[in-house]
Amino acid sequence: MARIQLQDVRKSYAGQQVIHGITTDIADGEFVVIVGPSGCGKSTLLRMVAGLEDITSGTISIGDRVVNGLEPRARDIAMVFQNYALYPHMTVRENMAYGLKIARMSKADIDAAVAKAAAMLELEPYLDRKPRALSGGQRQRVAMGRALVREPAAFLLDEPLSNLDAKLRVQMRLQIRDLHQRTGQTTLYVTHDQVEAMTLADRLIVMEKGVAQQIATPHEVYTTPATEFVAGFIGSPAMNIFDARCEDGAVLLPGGHRVTVADQAVSGDVRLGLRPEDIEIQPEAGNTFPIVLRSVEWLGADAFGYGVIENSDTQVTLRLAGNTHAARGDRLHVALPGDRLHFFSPQDGRRI
Amino acid sequence: MRRTVFPHKVLPWLLLAPQLAITLIFFYWPAAQAFRQSVLKEDPFGLSSTFVGLANFRKVLSDPNYLNAVQVTVVFSLLVAFSALAIALFLAVQAEKIIRGKGFYRTLMIWPYAVAPAIAGMLWLFMFNPSFGTLAWPLRQLGIDWNPLLDGDDAMALVVAAATWKQISYNFLFFVAGLQAIPKSLLEAAAIDGASRRHAFWTIVFPLLAPTTFFLLVVNTVYALFDTFGIIHAVTGGGPGKSTETLVYKVYNDGFVNLIMGDSAAQSVILMVIVITLTAFQFRFIERRVHYG
Repeated sequence: MARIQLQDVRKSYAGQQVIHGITTDIADGEFVVIVGPSGCGKSTLLRMVAGLEDITSGTISIGDRVVNGLEPRARDIAMVFQNYALYPHMTVRENMAYGLKIARMSKADIDAAVAKAAAMLELEPYLDRKPRALSGGQRQRVAMGRALVREPAAFLLDEPLSNLDAKLRVQMRLQIRDLHQRTGQTTLYVTHDQVEAMTLADRLIVMEKGVAQQIATPHEVYTTPATEFVAGFIGSPAMNIFDARCEDGAVLLPGGHRVTVADQAVSGDVRLGLRPEDIEIQPEAGNTFPIVLRSVEWLGADAFGYGVIENSDTQVTLRLAGNTHAARGDRLHVALPGDRLHFFSPQDGRRI
Repeated sequence: MRRTVFPHKVLPWLLLAPQLAITLIFFYWPAAQAFRQSVLKEDPFGLSSTFVGLANFRKVLSDPNYLNAVQVTVVFSLLVAFSALAIALFLAVQAEKIIRGKGFYRTLMIWPYAVAPAIAGMLWLFMFNPSFGTLAWPLRQLGIDWNPLLDGDDAMALVVAAATWKQISYNFLFFVAGLQAIPKSLLEAAAIDGASRRHAFWTIVFPLLAPTTFFLLVVNTVYALFDTFGIIHAVTGGGPGKSTETLVYKVYNDGFVNLIMGDSAAQSVILMVIVITLTAFQFRFIERRVHYG
């Protein structure tokens, strides 16, 4: 077990910078999730920690050692790959024992370590099968097992659940969380799935285009997103973000609507962020603005309405109660929740 | 698998006809002729022949020259198949590491395959001719008594080298394809598991290449047994003495040079049996250890 420190880590391919200086300190036993859209550099960052990509500048240390120049095998880490990368010609047992054999562990110790990991992951019945004869979920568990048996200082996972179907993904997510609580291993986990990110992480690194947009707890990322990108990326359905203008304690919305907001400190042109569930529907007009519904998606427990602010093209998503009678064409009066408004700078997208 | 059902019976046969015709005319008919010839004895002028049963086979199998050819063939084939596979695999692995000019390098590697066997043979003959060979001279300078025209082992080394050189390209091509089919993440996983490059090669890459290697083993064995005729003919003509006379070369020698048709046919029947047995053996015993991904 160890802490992982990244100090201004950068990576360029042929002069093109893909990771723009990431600095963070991952505590011993912490579960950190790197999340972002595809192509944001999250896997590259993980592979740099693993030693599969070299580091253009900056330092990475695991435990007390700077590992920049070390081969993957000298870094005391284990990794789970998106495609699992199981050795197809070896049985599950041999797959898990491979690293231990190289470490010249005794036969008895290897058997014990494999048995322990297999028990933890409920893999005992499959130990003598080849990966080909396993289902996707079982293969995923073998990949986890292969990483676990080595008891590494840090555990790296690169989109480990993205090849599984939705139901299995939920099961495995819980299992990964459970495993982490039992082993207390420092874990770095890459995903593009915000649900995985939010549910697993002690702390999130939200990345876009090689830049860490925000490094914070899931709660903090959700309630106070640092940039417009983070605000739009985390949360489902996505936060409504549109141009607005603040003046004299009021917000001017698209379509010329004006709503007064108490304790309004921001002024000037802004990008206004509003989560679908924070929108308050009022029975009648009065310090509200009108939204015309274009469609309603009923999901059971709740429903989502999609509409536009009246007299504008600005689309707004809002959460409705599960027993709603709202329908296409309805005109809703909506109030702004003063304490849950997010303001971002129209210039650089940063939170104001 | 999808089954295609043809509406009537003639069309499928018509579609198969060209392939069947070629197989029948160029493979089965000559093979049948060989069988027929092997039990006949022909008079010197080729005007009449008499049925002699298995006499030709008895004669061939008790001929010390024939047993010599068997031995030569075994040594020659093993050396050619093994060296051609080993060198090609080594080169393919090295080619994987190239970053710039990979395609160019591969193209160059494939060229020797396009050289006709006789030309390849002449090339090696000229390079290693004891009196004017470009490369024979440095060998002599190194204190090696090099003379493939007199020394049987030198001659064997020369034909093995020429035959191997020609086959490397073919093997190289398949190994390159085989290596590309191995997911990179497996090697990354092995690197993280602590394997050195060498260890990862022998425990991951080599086992996963087994289907390719096995296929090439079969192809190379057949190549060494049959397709090397041109090289031997051009380089040594089976000599000096009979030290590079392989089974195929002896079939040719006895049949077309010495015109002993019955002997020659009996030999080719035996050769046919050997190859069928060998291939069956390879499939039966070696293939079981091959893991198909």
